[in-house]
Amino acid sequence: MSSRPENAVALVTGASKGIGAAIARALAADGWAVAVNYRSGEAAAAALVERIAADGGRAAAIRGDVTNGAVSLLAQASEALGGGPVLGLVNNAGVTRDGLALQLSDDDWDTVIATNLSPAFRLTRDALKTMVRARYGRVVNIASVVGPRANVGQSNYAAAKAGLIGLTKTLAAEVARRGVTINAVAPGFIATDMTAELAIDEIVKAIPARRQGTPEEVAAAVRFLASDDAGYVTGTTLYVDGGMSA
Amino acid sequence: MAAAITEENVQKTVFEALPQFGVDESAIAREATFEDLDVDSLDLAELSQIIEDEYGVALKGDDVGKIKTVGDAIDLVVSRGA
Repeated sequence: MSSRPENAVALVTGASKGIGAAIARALAADGWAVAVNYRSGEAAAAALVERIAADGGRAAAIRGDVTNGAVSLLAQASEALGGGPVLGLVNNAGVTRDGLALQLSDDDWDTVIATNLSPAFRLTRDALKTMVRARYGRVVNIASVVGPRANVGQSNYAAAKAGLIGLTKTLAAEVARRGVTINAVAPGFIATDMTAELAIDEIVKAIPARRQGTPEEVAAAVRFLASDDAGYVTGTTLYVDGGMSA
Repeated sequence: MAAAITEENVQKTVFEALPQFGVDESAIAREATFEDLDVDSLDLAELSQIIEDEYGVALKGDDVGKIKTVGDAIDLVVSRGA
């Protein structure tokens, strides 16, 4: 079982708040030097980096829109954290543009695919160049229960998330023998800004656990998949959904 | 700075890279086919990465599909550097 090199960097996209922020904290607690990517949440990202440092971890905030230039994010992440190789990647950045398909515009479709799916491919492809040579890598794609399962009003989001799961499987098979694992975590309904507007009381009735999940519960799954202990886990999707997909 | 793209240098790079993919050193020769050496597409993708890092020459998917022997790979890199 190979071990993570000491100076390894993990890039978490969309990490200034919610699930991404929780993932950044969890990875830092596990010894990764964490690049906290954000698009516009500069103050939140800075506060997160400070909190991680106060807890004894290493982190740096990396501003960048995942829809522009995957390679520069990876290079920035490495440079900001002492030049260590980026051997961890969490593709978490995501947006929603909800509506019935009949009323979704081309832009509603394109934006969601361009933010939730395409960057995951580009960033992973570019990160693999380092990971394959290092004979070590951990990629975790944040998918969703929505994708494998229908959710009216989210055809674009569902397509992107289902696409992430398919992408995870094939990429995992391509590079498995180089010590690189690629997995997905599929959160159910998690208490974040993204779900704050929803009719939670109605939704939880359909969840076997009868409650929303927390960002920390999703982060714990990512932490495991990114760890040395998960070296034989690849191409799989770990559902953190209180039993919704059971 | 990229290394000089000479046949000698490129051959050395390629010959030194192949054992990293599990190839028996005694089997490496210009005439050897990648198939005979059990070098597959992932190995060739990594070899392309090594060559790009060393010489600044990018080998794309189409290129890799055409090279059959170790000599083909060396000659392709040298021709790109010319």
